[in-house]
Amino acid sequence: MVALVLVIITSFVFTGLIIRTKSIVSGRKGPGIFQPVKNVWVLLNKGIVYSGISGPITRMAPVVVLASIVVASLMVPVAGFKPLISFNGDFILFAYLLALSRFMMIIAAFDTGSSFEGMGASREALYGMLLEPAIFVLIAGLVVLTGKFSMSALFSLPVDTGNNLIYGIIISYIIGNITLVENSRVPVDDPKTHLELTMIHEVMVLDTSGFNLALIQLTSFLKFAVFGGLIASTIIPNNLPAAWRLILFFIVQALFGIIIGIVESFRTRFRMNRNQQYILTVTLISMIFFVVIFFSKNIF
Amino acid sequence: MAEMKYYELIKNPGMVALTDIPILDYHDFREQTIAIMKKESCHCVNYFIRQNTDHVDFYIIIANDSSHKVFVYSHRQKAEIKSLESITQECFQLHVFEREIYENTGIVFENHPWLKPVRYPFDRYDKAFKLSDYPFYRIDSEEIHEVGVGPIHAGIIEPGHFRFQCYGEKVLHLEIQLGYQHRGIENLFIKKNSLLQRCVISESVAGDTTIGHGLAFAQLAETLAESEWNEKLECERIIALEMERMAVHIGDIAALCGDVAYQIGQVSCEALRTIVINTMQDWCGNRFGKGLIRPGGTNYTLGNKILSFIAERLEEVHRRFLEVADMIFDDSGILARFENTGTISAKQVYLSGGVGMVARTSGTCRDIRESHPFQAYKEVKYKPVILDQGDVYARALLRKIEFELSFSVINELITRIEHLSDNLSFKPDYEMNFKPDMLCISLVEGWRGEICHVAVTDHEGKIEIYKIKDPSLHNWHVLALAVREQEISDFPVCNKSFNLSYCGNDL
Repeated sequence: MVALVLVIITSFVFTGLIIRTKSIVSGRKGPGIFQPVKNVWVLLNKGIVYSGISGPITRMAPVVVLASIVVASLMVPVAGFKPLISFNGDFILFAYLLALSRFMMIIAAFDTGSSFEGMGASREALYGMLLEPAIFVLIAGLVVLTGKFSMSALFSLPVDTGNNLIYGIIISYIIGNITLVENSRVPVDDPKTHLELTMIHEVMVLDTSGFNLALIQLTSFLKFAVFGGLIASTIIPNNLPAAWRLILFFIVQALFGIIIGIVESFRTRFRMNRNQQYILTVTLISMIFFVVIFFSKNIF
Repeated sequence: MAEMKYYELIKNPGMVALTDIPILDYHDFREQTIAIMKKESCHCVNYFIRQNTDHVDFYIIIANDSSHKVFVYSHRQKAEIKSLESITQECFQLHVFEREIYENTGIVFENHPWLKPVRYPFDRYDKAFKLSDYPFYRIDSEEIHEVGVGPIHAGIIEPGHFRFQCYGEKVLHLEIQLGYQHRGIENLFIKKNSLLQRCVISESVAGDTTIGHGLAFAQLAETLAESEWNEKLECERIIALEMERMAVHIGDIAALCGDVAYQIGQVSCEALRTIVINTMQDWCGNRFGKGLIRPGGTNYTLGNKILSFIAERLEEVHRRFLEVADMIFDDSGILARFENTGTISAKQVYLSGGVGMVARTSGTCRDIRESHPFQAYKEVKYKPVILDQGDVYARALLRKIEFELSFSVINELITRIEHLSDNLSFKPDYEMNFKPDMLCISLVEGWRGEICHVAVTDHEGKIEIYKIKDPSLHNWHVLALAVREQEISDFPVCNKSFNLSYCGNDL
């Protein structure tokens, strides 16, 4: 239960923290940390406009997208606190809940019949497809390392030896990059852009409005918290007292948000056809991680 | 083709009596135009018609960049002329002029490869032409993905429609359709009799080139009235023109950074642009320089106090901008996005008649400041910088280099003004009388490129025809060529590197 509360708290401030960091770095005052949440509240109170040619999928998709991420977030261990749902092999459900939400987004984008949204959908599908191996190879490495099969056991390395700390950092790096792709941030996508032709995620929700848009935005808040939670679990030792773990959790989350904000301020986007390479690089790092663990465990 | 028959204008702005313009028969006219335009240094700055009761005159104006001259000649047809053999099929850069004539008069140019309406003016010949059924080029294929962008855009830009034919992410063809904001601005120059009104209109031809168009009109009016202007006024005008160039160039680099999500470059350049335009406001009360350029004189003469203020502010901008620019042009991410994106060749520029930065970044030396010097440029030592990569990077880099050039030109002029006596300041003269039966051409290198204003006066010295050519007119086509075989997601950054005007095209 604590894990879920932490995930929800993080999700409410995380996007605001990134935006705030970016504004401070660029010398502006910027909006408050809770502005994104306030925007969602405004959207929740608004009506919905559907395009004339859209069908039932457009109406259904935002709910499914949010629901699948909510369920996924129930399975995330946070800084040693047990998640609500946990069973052997739950990471497969977790990965495919993320995939389900992406799938719904994609077909909803096709359903609106706009030429932009189809373009965004095809990009999202490609990147989603390329990203999946990164997650699974990473988890495979963890399975070999810990010998366990549930997410709460996989993502809670006791940091007693130096090796585990290094693993923790590598895993955080991989998950950090996965977060950037999953949440459509710089350098893969630019959430701030107004240029439809360069968008990936934003262009898929161009025709989504009001309440539905709020659901989509909540989804992206939650996604940040889910991945942030995983990072916190891997690098915070689970044998510390609960109070310490809580404090460390918030420090890690704040650092994660600030780092994303700083990266976004000083970095350009990739050219669209370089994104594939970038995502494959992330997969490759996962592979190396897996191979190293495989040999260090002397399985042969 | 034996002997070339044309009138040579040596000065810019220049004036020629209508009776001195040679009239050729159409066959010779066509042959001569094709022959002249074969030279890469020649480009057409205007081609328009003048309708009389019993005949129609077609005037063509061609600028030669290497001989620093402007050629004018014409052909005359009967009033009921219905069709002519097109010159465009041999010399492509005339396409837009022939299309304009076709749209306004219904004269069909035979074998014109792209005879489509340009602007949809209210008084067009055939009211059946509607903006909504513009005949787009289409590729019939299951695999081709057609993307239409606009005319309503997500940003704060003007209306224009872009139709992409894409194969996956690759753009095979782009067609740009404009004309949504046709204001009939050329006719306003004829209708409005007061010179002040015309000045104000000229400043609004394209909002981002207030000084450029304002100057083009002011020097045209002064030439037509044969009035004298003095050295100090010339220097002040060029300072204003170069300040406008500096401001827009910094703003463009900011926007280019914004398009590739390079936030730090964007915000620091935006801040610097503000300093430049605020300095302009301190000078003349308007950030874009409205009200500054007037024929015969100026209301905001540069005193020593404001002069040193401008020098000081620009010095600061110069220092800070070079720091920022070094950071931007050294960034690997910027290089990856800008290099080899939207490349255009010198041949494409030559064929489409590209002007301004677009020409200068692809190896073509085309700069009115050097080829047809106007105002204070006659004495300023100015040498344009030519880059030859033709990609987004070159266009961004040229902006930085031109910023430095502008800065040194301004400094040179400031020193010159300081040595001039103060009693050279005159108030604007709005009571000018134009010389009758004249054709006057005024060329100005605005920040975007060559601006051309042409006026023809009637027997009483009233303006009978007023034609404006904004640099965007030809460059829009170069943009369409630049994105071919590119990723569609690179279009915005290509577009921004051209930064063309919609209203300057629509007029």
